[in-house]
Amino acid sequence: MNKVKTMGKLYTFLILLFLYAPIFILVLFSFNASHSTSVLSGFSLRWYKELMYDNATLEALKNTIVLAVSSSVLATLIGTGAAVGIFQYKLKWFKSSLLTVTNIPMMNPEIVTGISMMLLFVFVGVLVDKTGVLGFTTLLIAHVTFNLPYVILSVLPKLRQTDKHLSEAAQDLGCTPLQSFFKVVLPAIMPGIITGLIMSFTLSLDDFIISYFVSGPTSQTLPIRIFSMTKKRVTPDMYALSSLIFITVLVLLILVNISQVRGEKKKKAIKRI
Amino acid sequence: MEKQKTFAAKLVSAPYVFWAALFIITPLFMVVYYAFTDSLGAFSLKNILAISDYAGTILLSVWLGLIATVICLVIAYPIAFIIATSSAPVQRTLVMLTMLPMWMNFLIRTYSWMSILEDTGFINMFLTKVLGIGPLHLINTRAAVVLGMVYNFLPYMILPLYSVMTKMDYSLVEAAQDLGGNKLIVFKSVVLPLSIPGIVSGITMVFVPSVSTFYISQKLGGTSATLIGDVIEMQFQTANNYHLGASLSFILMILIFISLAIMHKFSDDDGEVLI
Repeated sequence: MNKVKTMGKLYTFLILLFLYAPIFILVLFSFNASHSTSVLSGFSLRWYKELMYDNATLEALKNTIVLAVSSSVLATLIGTGAAVGIFQYKLKWFKSSLLTVTNIPMMNPEIVTGISMMLLFVFVGVLVDKTGVLGFTTLLIAHVTFNLPYVILSVLPKLRQTDKHLSEAAQDLGCTPLQSFFKVVLPAIMPGIITGLIMSFTLSLDDFIISYFVSGPTSQTLPIRIFSMTKKRVTPDMYALSSLIFITVLVLLILVNISQVRGEKKKKAIKRI
Repeated sequence: MEKQKTFAAKLVSAPYVFWAALFIITPLFMVVYYAFTDSLGAFSLKNILAISDYAGTILLSVWLGLIATVICLVIAYPIAFIIATSSAPVQRTLVMLTMLPMWMNFLIRTYSWMSILEDTGFINMFLTKVLGIGPLHLINTRAAVVLGMVYNFLPYMILPLYSVMTKMDYSLVEAAQDLGGNKLIVFKSVVLPLSIPGIVSGITMVFVPSVSTFYISQKLGGTSATLIGDVIEMQFQTANNYHLGASLSFILMILIFISLAIMHKFSDDDGEVLI
């Protein structure tokens, strides 16, 4: 039995090594003294400094964050409404076909989603006789579109779990339907809404393939900037940037984890009382 | 009262219905429209017929995608099981460690593999200096492309497998053992069938992005592996032949939907056999 356990540990270690090897390499080379991303020649912080003065990258970072915030908020608003509506629909065929349509952006290869939206924008651009339609607006539309399914599919299960009689009880006690929605249903589905919001935000932050096809020259996001830089030989400043993003995500995840553990402990303590 | 409720439901979901019609359905029609017209907008089968020139590319994409998916499944199954059967704090940490790389831009992670696989890269440095074996040519091969796919999409296989395994009823496993099944039989007749939903969604989540990738093949495969994603990307970004690009995307889309349909049919059949 012990042998099996050691084997398991070894296996886990190997998988983690595989997953983290490239990340380790890039963090290492972000401190490289020379331009190379394959030969180490000493420790320096110059790439982190250079990053601070790289205006195009900082601009791309700003675009990415603005886009991620606006698209995730918009998708959460539209998606939550959609989930509430879909849940209430009486027409079976309409409900199921709407859910099928919702699945399309998740099932379709990203490259197809990207080019299909690009074709639509270009087509409309030709119709209204305008060139250079691709820009921030088209990026926003595309990001909201691929975020929506994730919001809907994380809110719907919460709606199914909510006790129907609760909102009826609230109405019997004098709430208007609208009040009962905001006082009873909304708090109950809040965890689902927040999951959807966080998922949309991170998906939007990291998306390259779809953005690549629907963005214009004036609306670079960080992944697109990284792509155009990896076309040539990459200098370690891209690695420095990625290391910073990695550390940020790591800290955020650890914080979320700690708060979860604390929450569980609290619950246990309350149960004991 | 009931009527009021339905009206409210229609009202709150109306923005989404419009959005879906405009930005999910219409773009798909756009792909079909561009695939079946020429640059003047007249109906034409020229681009659809041109697909036959790319049959080799399409087959290669499917082949490499399949290999990557199978490798992911084989690697991910044991690790998902190990995670699912460890203690709660260890589980949480391991899941976090599995998800963490997904938050780092995949372009930069793929690029980093170049430093590892290059002729003067890490692996070859280790091989020549420590083991004394001559440098192996690793980069710009099809194997490197498969490695890139496995690396990028492995978490998408581990996570769904892990999630079905945590929900698995382990009393069934014990029951099978009590009834005298050896390890292999217990695995084959209890654990494996119960994890089929996870296997199906894992395969989907690895196969679809692998078949349609273009960045991984460009960076790690060089000219040794031009995939359908590369050809599509080229039509839109450099060659400006939207009509050919659209017809290739149309084929890719149909290919994916057919394989998804086949797979879900298989998983449903298995479910019925179980009952």
